[in-house]
Amino acid sequence: MRYESPDTLEAAAKMLAAESGDARVLAGGTDLLVQIRSEILSPALVVDIKKIAETRTVSEEKGGFRIGAAVAGAELKEHAKLKKAWPGLVEAANLIGSTQVQGRCSLGGNLCNGSPAADSVPALIAAGAVASIVGPNGRRELKVEDVMLAPRKLALTKGEIIASFFLPARPAHASDAYLRFIPRTEMDIAVVGCAVSLVLDASGTCTAARVGLGAVAARPLLVEDAGKALVGTKVDEAALEKAAAAARAACKPIDDKRGTIEFRTDVAGVLTKRTALIALERARKA
Amino acid sequence: MQERVKGPQFDIVGTRPVRPDGADKVTGRAKYGADHRVAGQLVGKVLRSPYAHARIRSIDVSAAAKLPGVKAIITSADFQEQPSEFVPAGEMLVNYRDVLRNVMAREKVLFEGHPVAAVAATSESIARAALKLIKVDYEVLPHVIDVVEAMKPDAPVVDETIITAGVTPPPTKPSNVAKRVEFVLGDIEKGFKEADLVIEREFNTQPVHQGYIEPHACIATVSEDGTAELWTTTQGHWVARAHCARLLGWDITKLRVTSSEIGGGFGGKTVVYLEPVALALSAKTHRPVKMVMSREEVFKASGPTSGANVWVKMGVKKDGTITAGEAVLKYQAGCFQGSPVQPGCMCAFAPYDLANVKVVGFDVLSNRPKVAAYRAPGGPISEYAVESVVDEIAEKLGMCPIELRLKNAAKEGTKAAYGPKFGPIGMVECLEAAKSSPHWNGPLGKNQGRGIAAGFWFNIGGETTVNLQLNEDGTVTLMAGTPDIGGLRASLAMMAAEELKIPYEKVRPIIGDTATLGYNFVTGGSRSTFSSGLATVEAARSIIKQACGRAAKLWEIPEDAVTWEDGEIRPAGDNAGKFKAMKLADIAKVAGKTGGALVGVGAISAQGAAPSFGVHIADTEVDPDTGKLTVTRYTVIQDAGIAIHPSYVEGQFQGGAAQGIGWALNEEYIYDDKGRLQNAGFLDYRIPVASDLPMIETIIVEVPNPRHPYGVRGIGETAIVPPMAAVNASARRATGVRMFELPLSPPKVLKAMKGGKSA
Repeated sequence: MRYESPDTLEAAAKMLAAESGDARVLAGGTDLLVQIRSEILSPALVVDIKKIAETRTVSEEKGGFRIGAAVAGAELKEHAKLKKAWPGLVEAANLIGSTQVQGRCSLGGNLCNGSPAADSVPALIAAGAVASIVGPNGRRELKVEDVMLAPRKLALTKGEIIASFFLPARPAHASDAYLRFIPRTEMDIAVVGCAVSLVLDASGTCTAARVGLGAVAARPLLVEDAGKALVGTKVDEAALEKAAAAARAACKPIDDKRGTIEFRTDVAGVLTKRTALIALERARKA
Repeated sequence: MQERVKGPQFDIVGTRPVRPDGADKVTGRAKYGADHRVAGQLVGKVLRSPYAHARIRSIDVSAAAKLPGVKAIITSADFQEQPSEFVPAGEMLVNYRDVLRNVMAREKVLFEGHPVAAVAATSESIARAALKLIKVDYEVLPHVIDVVEAMKPDAPVVDETIITAGVTPPPTKPSNVAKRVEFVLGDIEKGFKEADLVIEREFNTQPVHQGYIEPHACIATVSEDGTAELWTTTQGHWVARAHCARLLGWDITKLRVTSSEIGGGFGGKTVVYLEPVALALSAKTHRPVKMVMSREEVFKASGPTSGANVWVKMGVKKDGTITAGEAVLKYQAGCFQGSPVQPGCMCAFAPYDLANVKVVGFDVLSNRPKVAAYRAPGGPISEYAVESVVDEIAEKLGMCPIELRLKNAAKEGTKAAYGPKFGPIGMVECLEAAKSSPHWNGPLGKNQGRGIAAGFWFNIGGETTVNLQLNEDGTVTLMAGTPDIGGLRASLAMMAAEELKIPYEKVRPIIGDTATLGYNFVTGGSRSTFSSGLATVEAARSIIKQACGRAAKLWEIPEDAVTWEDGEIRPAGDNAGKFKAMKLADIAKVAGKTGGALVGVGAISAQGAAPSFGVHIADTEVDPDTGKLTVTRYTVIQDAGIAIHPSYVEGQFQGGAAQGIGWALNEEYIYDDKGRLQNAGFLDYRIPVASDLPMIETIIVEVPNPRHPYGVRGIGETAIVPPMAAVNASARRATGVRMFELPLSPPKVLKAMKGGKSA
């Protein structure tokens, strides 16, 4: 196995594209290294992108934020302005693994690992985040909800790397939240994950809403109907019930070691309501 | 936390000094199984079966043997066949035919993860590559995982040599039922006739793993002259030595085994897995071979305890008098016979004074790893079922569950269904302590429920040796041979210091190896503080006697004119006051002049172990929308006899409760339709993490064991017996439904709540 740590995205993309065997991008490594050690993967090339400035930086851009794909969860938590604007996203990123893992794990890695249960992905989807992708043929942008296609399958072509995510500017009275269901209290994988991002007007009426769901289908979902159910309402019980029904309707889960179809579908609705209420409370104060 | 449990009966026993092994464990200096390194060591790796059940047609190692860096490869052909006979190995019977096959599959692989070959190579990556080059030709066979399925007449037979024992006339055909056992007291038919209420319930439990954080690990080195050393993480290095020597056909004296610090065992490290393999690989190469299991290997190929199907029927009068108890227990043994169904039967109704009892048990094979001992093996399963029925009886009679248990509690003189009459026991004292505890009388919040359950475990004594040396400066070195899992060294040093009337800090306790100390049976059966404590007291009293003899010699007076009082050797009788009293340190200084070193040996087969009863109170809160249960408050009340070091007694209480809560709420083995384990890791095999549990409160009850100089009872195991029933009873009140299956995982609880399924 070859290890490279180039300084530029272009160089990294070139190396990945040139490798005839399995080539992998290393950010925090909290999934990749585990998969290599347990012989699930044995890549010929590992390209570490942490020496590339863009992947390791959080910066303000057009009133919003650009977050490097390899910025660690713990670093996001320490970024006061980001945390104020996107508390849900930051808390989702900080539910991944343990305290030690949070010192390494990244949004880029969490998405590109290709797990439907990734915690930060529903939050990125609810946030309307756009991935900035660099490949051998240059740079392109892709909405986060379009990046993952199926378990372990991404809409990235050979040599492409997610360099960063752009989060749009936040108006007043906007916030987000993320909740997941796990049988324990920590150190676990979401059985269902739910993120809600809300914007309210001065009167408290919801003017925009996005709902992201994880672990209930082959890939994390943007549930547009759940968002629509909240827009134009005061996010009251009736609207929440409608959003929960939309979330349940969007679920296409499987029975596996972490939960049943019935349970996941039920809990997706429960979490949609609970998450929306937290986002609402935060948006009122924002 | 009380400074002492009771008033100061003793100077040191009952206090809470710092443990002698604490600093090295906190700093990382302590050496666990995988921490030993020897120059020139090879890495040993095991090739394991991908199938749950298959016949091995052939194994071709030729390509692997040619890989540069591969130094040795072994298969079952490298081990001699062992006859099928049960031989005593301490408290258990061992059949070396099965031990051999568990270490390395012979005719068939019997579970996914069953070892089929092993490689020693110069690096881990070469060893892994070599495993991939070994070609095994399998004939895949139908498999069976579930215990009830395995008992059906058309089930795939795991071991064709098994004819059910304990059935007359004996069956003519092999089956998966290895044994039927039965315990009867009185007349249950009569008992059920006397009952005003009869409750009959069926329960299912999942196998659960001991979940020790340290994986199995060892390093073996075999010399050209045939002598060998083995360092391993084990609960019993003498027993490991016996097993390895037997499987390898060696004289016991050729093999010296040293136990490392142990990162948890809970019964699971009383079995050999890697050790005979590492020794066999080293015997071929004469180089040290180190082997460490991955977590996946630990889950797939080391022993959990049984999952089971349990049927319980109990009859009771309106006043709460239980008139009869009947149970049928079907325990998974894994792929070889030997589930803990017998102790399960014996424990089932043990907390109660019942006139009419019948318990029938079945030991059932299936294509799972062979079960290993796990903390009170067998007891938690049968007592979960019985205690859950007792709780239902209390509810149906409208009686307080503590009062119901008090009315029927076993006491001194009660004849247990499994035979003996109890001596002084603490069941009633534990129930009384529970009744007046702050927890039982405390408030409950919304969606919360409170449950209570009792538990029992026998405890054992057994072969034990302790060696005490009085050093030149008056300090003492204590060598024990029962690996220290739960604060043993502290407890033994305290008993030695108490006897010798020297400060605790002047005693340095260590665990000796098999060449330096007489035989010791495993640390298990909650026996180490009891048995090694007895041996320590005997060794200390020997030192005192010897010291008195030395003083008599110095003073030139008869030995019987010397007494031991207040930690001093004093001239007595007519000679009182004629000579200056001497302390042990004074004798130590003149040891050379008076006859040589003072060494005390306690080499015993410890008798008089006494059972420990416990009562647990659990509060759980349910999230009504998701079915998730959270334990919000938990109290362990248990009879410790006398707590030598109360902190370690409390630690055992808390540890047992934590494991039991995991068993109750989330732990289970999940297999796919091919019999492959789906959750072989701590991510999806969910033992509780610290934040899942409240601070577990403890109340130490002390009903001393009259057969021990400090009143010790074993306490390590009883604490895992009551949690499943206590949590189940609390969940019944929190959720409004009564459930009969473990674990009480959220999907099941939510479904039960939605269905309103209730008794």
